[in-house]
Amino acid sequence: MSDQRTTPAVPGNDDAVIDPHSSVPAEPIDNPGLPAHQPRPTDIDPKAAKRAERQVASLFLLSIVFAFLFVVAYFVFEIGEDPDLFGGLGASNLFLGLTMGLSMLAIGIGAVQWARKLMSDVEIVEQRHPAASSPDDRAEVLAALQQGLDDSGIARRPLIRNTLLGALAVFPIPMVVLLRDLGPLPGDTLARTVWAEGMRVVNDISGTPIRPEQVQIGQLINAEPAVFFETDADGEPIYTDHEILIEKTKAAVIVVRMEPQDITPAAGRENWGVEGILCYSKICTHVGCPISLWERQTHHLLCPCHQSTFDLADNGRVIFGPAARAVPQLPLAVDSEGYLIATQDFDEPVGPSYWERG
Amino acid sequence: MSTTGGTPAASTNGTTPASTGKPSRLAGPANWADERLGIGKSTKKQLRKVFPDHWSFMLGEIALWSFVVLLITGVFLSLWFKPSMAEVTYLGSYDQLRGLHMSEAYASTLDISFDVRGGLLMRQMHHWAAHLFIGAMFIHMMRVFLTGAFRKPRELNWIIGGMLLLLGILEGFAGYSLPDDLLSGTGLRIADGLVKATPVLGTYMSFFLFGGEFPGDVIISRLYIAHVLLIPGLILALIAAHMMLLVYHKHTQWPGAGRTNENVVGFPMMPVYAAKAGGFFFIVFGFTAILGATLQINGVWGYGPYNPAEVTAGSQPDWYMGFAEGLMRIFPGWESVIFGYTVSWNVMIPGQIIPLTMFAIFLAYPFIEQWITGDKREHHLLQRPRNAPSRTAFLAAMVTLYGLLWAAGGNDILAVVFQLNLNWITYFMRVAVFVLPILVFILTRRWCISLQRHDSEVLLHGYETGIIMRAPEGAYSERHLPIDPERAYTLTARERDEVYELESGTNEHGVAAPNARMQRFRARLSAYWYGYNVQKPTREELLEAHEHAAHELEAHDDQHSADGHQFDGRHDVEGEELTHRH
Ligand code: HEM
Ligand code: FES
Repeated sequence: MSDQRTTPAVPGNDDAVIDPHSSVPAEPIDNPGLPAHQPRPTDIDPKAAKRAERQVASLFLLSIVFAFLFVVAYFVFEIGEDPDLFGGLGASNLFLGLTMGLSMLAIGIGAVQWARKLMSDVEIVEQRHPAASSPDDRAEVLAALQQGLDDSGIARRPLIRNTLLGALAVFPIPMVVLLRDLGPLPGDTLARTVWAEGMRVVNDISGTPIRPEQVQIGQLINAEPAVFFETDADGEPIYTDHEILIEKTKAAVIVVRMEPQDITPAAGRENWGVEGILCYSKICTHVGCPISLWERQTHHLLCPCHQSTFDLADNGRVIFGPAARAVPQLPLAVDSEGYLIATQDFDEPVGPSYWERG
Repeated sequence: MSTTGGTPAASTNGTTPASTGKPSRLAGPANWADERLGIGKSTKKQLRKVFPDHWSFMLGEIALWSFVVLLITGVFLSLWFKPSMAEVTYLGSYDQLRGLHMSEAYASTLDISFDVRGGLLMRQMHHWAAHLFIGAMFIHMMRVFLTGAFRKPRELNWIIGGMLLLLGILEGFAGYSLPDDLLSGTGLRIADGLVKATPVLGTYMSFFLFGGEFPGDVIISRLYIAHVLLIPGLILALIAAHMMLLVYHKHTQWPGAGRTNENVVGFPMMPVYAAKAGGFFFIVFGFTAILGATLQINGVWGYGPYNPAEVTAGSQPDWYMGFAEGLMRIFPGWESVIFGYTVSWNVMIPGQIIPLTMFAIFLAYPFIEQWITGDKREHHLLQRPRNAPSRTAFLAAMVTLYGLLWAAGGNDILAVVFQLNLNWITYFMRVAVFVLPILVFILTRRWCISLQRHDSEVLLHGYETGIIMRAPEGAYSERHLPIDPERAYTLTARERDEVYELESGTNEHGVAAPNARMQRFRARLSAYWYGYNVQKPTREELLEAHEHAAHELEAHDDQHSADGHQFDGRHDVEGEELTHRH
């Protein structure tokens, strides 16, 4: 390439000048200047240029064809009927996407080919200018600024300046106060759940109460407070769908049964279980995912979100992972009809820790 | 040599003058607009503005165009999407969920997927474009970092770019949460836990965000307005500022023959970049359409509606959240109770403090580097990564850290796929995030420095031809030939690193200068950061080496190529042309 160079440097191009202000040693090699433009086949061979022209035009035509095919596909393929066609993609989705995509790609590739093959590829040199404005401009701006400040008299009248600053500092307060009704104050809502003395522990899907003898050793049952499934005197649900969503976030529990001799209850929790059946909060104490993976041999409960692991035979103690607290336990008993009930609400807040939790 | 279009500073390497030809048909409309808007003045220079060409300059363009695709597909989605958490009974086409209670948001997402023709395509294109947008921004940012394109005067554009990345990630998270499926609800639940871990204000922030206790009934509509108006508006404004600064500073370029710190060499905006960049928009759009057609993404119908008591095992956030997820997973369970108040280090540090600190360090990097070097000059020529070994190594270390955390974010999947013990992966990661980045730093820096050394060798002694010569006395040596002048110039077109030296830690009375300790730290840092670099040879060294080489050739002129081939690189051989390597 270099043997075809016509001139060592483009005239008018002062590249090779070495910055006189620089304190570093002279550049080891002088800038040889911009190499001369190399013509492309399409620059010198009219046949090649014609070929390129036809190529670009065909791409644009192809785009039109695909755009039409898109419209055809839109009306031909029903959706909803058989979304499992073509590996779950659905015929409509597949053909709409492909025709749209190819129509766009053809325009794009055509335009880029046009630029690369046919538009002038002569390189242009443009001089840069320092980002800063000229010293004169700067001085003028500073002078204007000073003039403005002087005219306002702000320096001479500190009373105005200070009261203005005060007003500017205070005026956002109404804006912030406006945000107050974004939500209610937390109060102690996070510390309480709907569990109460005597509330039955029911299956989370069917809402049926649970008898101790129905729970096998090693089994885990996802459970909820019975009140989610109950209606009031008028036959209306006590909690709306939405309230249930919120309350479930704290009240969801799991019921597990282990060999009674494997369990080592903490002081005061000796009679929180019924024949080896224990009930724990389902909400992880790390950041609140529902915990679901149960290893019956080890009595370990694993959170799928960040893998905190809790030992349910040992009061829900954390044995691995980022959670800091044991999962709260719900004390169980059996009511007169032989169903599992809670004897009280959780004695500590469930779910993730927070500042006021203590 | 010709001057083009009223910019006397511009010249070309073309051989024929550009002709303006006869007055064009454009004159009419152009005059009409100019008489009202006066746009002649502002577009005069911009239309033929020069942009240098390099494949890596396309990365930012991918980000830009995928944002446009997001705008277009997003507007389509918003025509059908209902940002409401009101409970409805789903009655649409998808059998498995028909009759179920769910939020309107989830039901309308199902409708978009199954009952609006092209709706699924728009959803999938939107999600793929989101990945492309954030991924392209990441890689673009790495390109800028590795080549030193963030140096003065472009520090502010670096910061704008960083804000764009952060906003893009937030926007992606907000969008991901909108369909209100089980997976996105779990993501919100984790976000709620993160917010609650904030000291003092945590519960208040959570209650104000969710309009009460999690999940409340307003979060989807609040995220919606952030997702379709607030954040895109900010992104748009920042992109505009980013582009305006780009035009003002003019693009950086790689050094080379004729390309200096004072000029910019390339093709004009109009027509070459108008066609190339415009065409590229269609390529990005078409590419996302084909992704949306052929690769399913976020099939929300498979997850079911959000239920705070359910979770799918192996649930994963979108990849760009993966590193924060990894941090959360490997952090030990530290929590303290101080005066009756709980501080959740186990959530606060990995979820809030570390990501924000890492982000702040990246934003501040141009200023940190400037402080170490004391370099206040403007830089418009890009650096090869090897010529900034410590910086390159720093990025490699950060990428390693990011990758490790990302892998840690999928430790359950790793455990299943590779049949490993999950706890051991976590223990390994806890050590690896400290050790591996340091190792990678050291190795990458060595590698860069050895590449620099190789460059100097090539400059001084020429390139290795692969031809083994035998001297009459029997010694073997490899023939080196000088490289061509353009390549040689390009190799030398970089600045010498200056190690900051302490002027004098103490003044003549032996009293420490006011901020002597800071200056000493700076000098040590500078020596560590730049002291090991190989500097390019000086003019004298080059001349000397070349003279030496010439003597050597003469002295052994009667050597023969060892394989008996006549071609020794010095004599012309019929049919074999001696070409310079580039
Ligand atoms: C920076 C730009 C944006 C990013 C990264 C982004 C990302 C996302 C993501 C990941 C989703 C979830 C899609 C899914 O269902 O799988 C989403 C949903 C959505 N986005 Fe965006 N988005 C962006 C801009 C926009 C804009 C500008 C609009 C509208 C003007 C928009 C409108 C929507 C709507 C309506 C949905 C919900 C529809 C649905 O999920 O089916 N987005 N977005
Ligand atoms: S939420 Fe359970 S480990 Fe993080």
